[in-house]
Formats: sequence, C-alpha cells, structure tokens
Amino acid sequence: MSDGLRLDSLLLALLIALSAGFTLALGSDFASLATFQSIAFQLPELGLLSLAMMVAMLSGGIDLSIVAIANLAALAAATALVGFGPNPAGLWLGPLLGLAVAALAGAVNGGLVAWSGLSPILATLSTMTLYGGAALGLSRGGVVAGFPPAILWLGNGSVAGVPAPLVVFAAAALAVGVVLSATPFGVAVRMIGSNERAVRYAGVDTASVILRVYLLSGVLAGVAGLVMLARFNSAKAGSGDSYLLLTILAAVLGGVDPSGGRGRTTSLILALLVLQVIASGFNLLEVSAYLTLVTWGAVLLAVIARPALARAFLRRPETST
Amino acid sequence: MPPFLQLRRVSKRYGGIRALDGVDFALSGGETHGLIGENGSGKSTLIKIISGAERPEPGAELLVVDRPAPFPTPAGAARLGVQVIPQDLALFPNLTVAENIALPGDLGRPLLAPLPKRRSAEAAQNALDRVGHALPLSARVEDLPVAERQLVAICRAIAAEARLVIMDEPTAALTADEVRRLVAIIATLKARGVAVLFVSHRLAEVRDVADRITVLRDGRVTGRFAAGADVRALSEALAGRHYDYEPPPAPPQDGAPLLETRRLRRNGQFRDVNLSIRPGEIVGLVGRLGAGRTELALALFGLNRPDGGEILWNGETVRLRTIRQAVRLGIGYVPEDRLSLGLVLDQPVADNVVLAVLRRLRRRFGLIDDRDRREKVARWLSRLSVRASADQPARALSGGNQQRVVLARWMAAAPRLVILDNPTVGVDIAARDGLYRIVRDLAAEGVAILLISDEVAEALGQCHRVGVMAEGRLTRWFAAGRASEAEIQAAVHG
Repeated sequence: MSDGLRLDSLLLALLIALSAGFTLALGSDFASLATFQSIAFQLPELGLLSLAMMVAMLSGGIDLSIVAIANLAALAAATALVGFGPNPAGLWLGPLLGLAVAALAGAVNGGLVAWSGLSPILATLSTMTLYGGAALGLSRGGVVAGFPPAILWLGNGSVAGVPAPLVVFAAAALAVGVVLSATPFGVAVRMIGSNERAVRYAGVDTASVILRVYLLSGVLAGVAGLVMLARFNSAKAGSGDSYLLLTILAAVLGGVDPSGGRGRTTSLILALLVLQVIASGFNLLEVSAYLTLVTWGAVLLAVIARPALARAFLRRPETST
Repeated sequence: MPPFLQLRRVSKRYGGIRALDGVDFALSGGETHGLIGENGSGKSTLIKIISGAERPEPGAELLVVDRPAPFPTPAGAARLGVQVIPQDLALFPNLTVAENIALPGDLGRPLLAPLPKRRSAEAAQNALDRVGHALPLSARVEDLPVAERQLVAICRAIAAEARLVIMDEPTAALTADEVRRLVAIIATLKARGVAVLFVSHRLAEVRDVADRITVLRDGRVTGRFAAGADVRALSEALAGRHYDYEPPPAPPQDGAPLLETRRLRRNGQFRDVNLSIRPGEIVGLVGRLGAGRTELALALFGLNRPDGGEILWNGETVRLRTIRQAVRLGIGYVPEDRLSLGLVLDQPVADNVVLAVLRRLRRRFGLIDDRDRREKVARWLSRLSVRASADQPARALSGGNQQRVVLARWMAAAPRLVILDNPTVGVDIAARDGLYRIVRDLAAEGVAILLISDEVAEALGQCHRVGVMAEGRLTRWFAAGRASEAEIQAAVHG
C-alpha cells in the first residue's frame, strides 16, 4: 500500500514540475483552457486502452490484442451505423454490436489463456493478428466513415464543459477501480497475478476469473474503439496501432507490476497525465515528436529504476530483502 | 593428524533471520560426520558455506589442514575436493551414466574440443569400481531407480577426486535395503580416506552411520556426540526439549464415516486404497517419499482424477472433478509446499485468509462487505494466534505463522475434512506445538483430519490411527497407543 502511495506522490510531483516548467517556458500558451481541452480529448483513448492492458497485466498476463479489438469493434459498429442509415435504431444497435464483438473477442482470448495453456503473450499475439485480419476483411482495407451527429458527440461533445470522451474514461476508470478493489473478482485477479496455483488450491475457479479478465479487457478496448470512431468520424483497420506498446508503458509507469498482482487505477491515471502533459508541452514548444518519445522512455526508465538509482547515488544501505 | 576442515565463528544472516550464529565445526579426513537438525536449524546454510555457495559474515575463520584459508567460491571448494550431493541429486536425467559421472572432468576442457567418449567411459567405470558397484554405463539416468541415481551422483563426486562428500538427506527416498547399501558405500569411501558429511533430520539413522555427530538448532551447535550416542540426549539437543505428547482424546467410536474410498486407484500413483475417516477422527498417513500419499490427498481434493474406485462422502458416491467441488463439500487441503501452493506470498495476510470464502463476502451490488471481511480476518487470526497484522504480505511471516494463515483460511470456510500434508515442515518446535493444538481443537469440534507426515513419531503422537503407504498401496494400519514407533518405521522402510 505505502509503496503505491509513494509512487503516486512521485508521479504527482512530476506532473506539477512538468506543468510548472511548461508554463514558465510557454506562459499562457500552455496554461490555457485550450491545452486542457486538447489533453482531455486525447487522453481517453490511450487511457481506456491502458485500463484494458492493466486488467490483463494485474492477472499476471498481457493483452496484445486490445488495439485490434478496438478497431474490430469500431468497424463492426461503423458498418452497422452506415447500414442502418437514417434509421435511429442504428444509434444504439451499432455501438451495442461493437461492444458485443469486443466482448466476444475478449472472451476468446480469455478462453485461450484459461484453458489452452497458451501463455497470454502468445495467445493474444495470435488473436491480435486474427482480429486485425478480420477488421481488414470487414472494411476491405478501406475506411468506413460518415456517421450520424449523435454518434460524433461521443468523441467531440461536452457535458458542462467537460469533453465527452473524458466523461466516458472517468466512468470506466471508476468502474474498473471499484471492481478491482472491492469485489471478490478483483481480489481474485490480484491474487492470481501473484500466484495462480495457490489461488486454485484455495478452491477458486481461476479459469473463470481469467476468462472474465480478458472479457473485461476486450470490452474496455471496445469502448476505446467507439470513442476513436466518434472522434475521427471514421473507422479503419490498423488505426491506433502505436498505442499498443504505449499502454504497457503507461501501465508500468503507473506502478502495474509486469509480473502481475500489483497496480492501482489512480496511479495509472497519474501516469497517463504525465505522459500527456509531456506530449502537449513539447507539441506547443514545436520540438520534434521524437523528443516526446525519448522523454517518455527516459521518464519510464527513471521511475522504474528509481530503487537502483537511489542505491547508486544516495548510497543508502539496503533496508529489507 | 590435523582436521581436514575447521570452521570457526561462522555466522550468516538472511535479512532479519539469523541462520547461523557463531558455529564452530571441524571434520577430519576419512571421517563420517553426521549433521542433524530440524528444518530451519541452519544445516543447509552450513553446507552452502562449506561448498562455497554462500559466504559467512565477517569474523569467521576457515582452516584447511591447519592452514588459514579464505572461504572458497564454488569452484574453489571443488578444487579443495568438496563435493555436494544435494537431495535432488542434481543429475542430468537425459544424459547417460558415463556422461553424468565424467561431466565435471569433461567440462574443464577447451570449449570446442570434442568430448573424449572413451576416456569418459573409463573414468566412469573407474569411479564405479572404486565404490564396488556396477551400472550400465550407457543407460540414461532418467531410466534408473532412485537408489542407482544416487550411486551415479556419488560416483560423480568420486570421479572429481572428492576429499569430502556432503550428502544432503541421502536416505529420504530409499528403502531399508537401499539404505544398507548406501551405508556400505559410505564405509568404502571412508576406507579410501574420503570424509563424508551425512546431513539428515533422522536421528536413528545418523546415529548408526556416523563416527561423530553435530547437532544444530536455531543456527547454533547444541550438541556434539560420538558414535552410538544416547538417543534421548540427541533428541533433546535436536528439539530443545523432549516432547511427550499425550495421545489425542479418543474419537467418537460410533457414527458413519464422513469420507470413504473404495479401491481408489490412479494409474502410476496409487491403487486399492480403502480409507475411511469419521468426523472428529485424526488419521495419519506415513510412508516414504513417492509412496503415493500426496497423490492420494490431491485426488481427494479434486485435483487429480482417480482412474478407478469410488469416493463416498457421507455414504454417497461423489465425483470430485475440481478443487472447487471438493471445497464446496467442505474439504480443505494444506499443501506441503506452502510457499508456492499454500500462500500468495506477495499479497496481504487478510486476502490470504479470506481466499476460500471470497464469494461468501459478497453483499449489495456484488461488492465485498469490508466490515465482514475485516471482522472475519481478525477473528481467525486471533483464534489461531497468528502474530502478524492483516495488511502485511504473507511473505514477511515466519514458517509457523504462515502455516497458521493457511489453516485460518480453511477454518474460515467451516470445513468438515482437513487434509494436512506435512504441516510442520520448516516450522520450529515451539510453533509445532501450537499447530498440533489447533488440529486437536478442530477434531474436537467434529472436523475429520487426514494428517500426512514424514515423521512416524509425529503421526503416532497426533493421530488416532496411522496408515502406512508403500508403492501406492495402503499396506498396514496401526492404532495409536498400541503400536511402537519402531514397528511403524519398519513397515515404512520394509
């Protein structure tokens, strides 16, 4: 617990320092409503995908297929939306179809990991390719675009000044946080992440927990897909592919243990904010986008290597094993 | 003649635990030295320091044939002639007898030089001749029985020109005949001037084999004895005090069995097992390693499906296909390997306690009733006197407290049958006493107990009946109070 709080304060300090630095360098260009709005519109996509990744990583696994699921779900929804045309039923049937496809894709992942004995990385690598291919087939390699305005609101509208994608992300993060910390399922996920066999020996049906982990991961990816569809008024296979490794970066920066069992939603959100502030600041400074990536990598390294760095530079004696 | 090795003031800490505390130890060439101690007494740490796998704390001294020497690295220890035969033997199962024996010598050759097959075979044969036994040189080690694998490991030490062979629990998996053969081999080594450090927790055996005995307890030497020492004095040095357990109060004589098996069989593991346990009864199960006890327990716990026979629960046939079904019936299992199967070490004690009853904690909206959870955890931790806070990771607890956490988990689930698989391994004597009392209390409440133990004395002292398993069959039953330890011991190793 105290470990998580320490990471939170570190990330918070980093966030404040970065914001202060960019404000000094850019003045009101950075500290403006426009910056907040741009962050608020960009963060939810990566955020929703990172939540999906975090859930899988907490259980000791990984879900490499989340971006592919997001695209497949978006394309399914998009196809339905276009198909229904002006019929208002499409407004809810389309997104519902997208989410159903995402849930199914997630359940397939979960079934593979839980029962086939495949390692999560191989199982989801395979399905990533499979879902990606299915998305290409569904769209015939092209872009599906042109949706009713009501759908576009999900990506571009606001509720009392708060961008709609941010509302969606906040609701999803809250729900995931509660599920992980206060339900039997959440406790089981964490315990399985640390030692699956011991949990099975306690009589917990670990296979069903793992199935639900990937199902949840798939649904979250599906929501991300719908937000992306609404924001860009289009859907296509292969969009947002660069997000995949970023979600792992965000999760690890947010204190999710790559070997499972540890991780908190609040830290993940702070980590996402740090990444987004760096990106927006550098963007406004008009420096090369490569510098953003270099900085992201450096921040991740510094944060995860901090125990080793502290030992090397502060020469503090080791306290515990 | 000066001793081959002398160690002085050897101490070793692991985090907060003092594994060795100022140990003096000496061993002469050609001597067979017994090292005994309970689990956790520091035996393995001492072995590791002698063989170079660990370094002692500063202040320790090493003398090799009366000359001060630095504590060796593993390679340095091998140069001194120290060879360790670990309990698992550390052989290469997919290689042949000859390759296994000659490998240490072959490994010293240049990287790309071809292996001298004929010379390897000669070296292996030579080592076998020296211990006076024959083995097919081209057989794969995985095809050999345990006793012959051990012979391969001993020959490997001989081929590496060992002056000291450390045998860690060498008899754990052997039959009585095989133990006698091992004793003869040790005599051969002795005649050739090779020292043997015979490490065991079995008192009687060490007493028969060793010229001298060192007893370790809690990281200190608590006794040094000559051959044929008094067993009582030895066991007091070993355990700190002598435990004479009152047998548990008699179980209810009548009443139908809670669990019954009829000719239960799982191919390659056990067969023809007829077992019955009544509520409130404590039934012991002893046998050698690999006799099929744990396999039987796992079948009763729903992990291993039997290939034949029946399991009856309250007189009705049940099929246990998953652990969850077993848990739902009211069966709890405390595995021997509590570190990897019993506990989720990195997670809080509290979650480890409620793991088996997680779903029963659900309230509105499927959320966990946190007050209920905390109350349950506090109740079981205090009832089992676990000295730990609920938020600590289970890793931070001592062996005895960890075992209580696993017990607390099952007690929270209100079990009807608890299977304990060697519950006192790695638990110190004082904490054992507490565990035994918990088991008796459970039985007094009507819970049936199946206690698997490697120690006949433990089973005899804690159970109403003791069954002996050998090669997958339940061969004999003894009633506590009417059988002697020696009698059961003979049935186990017969």
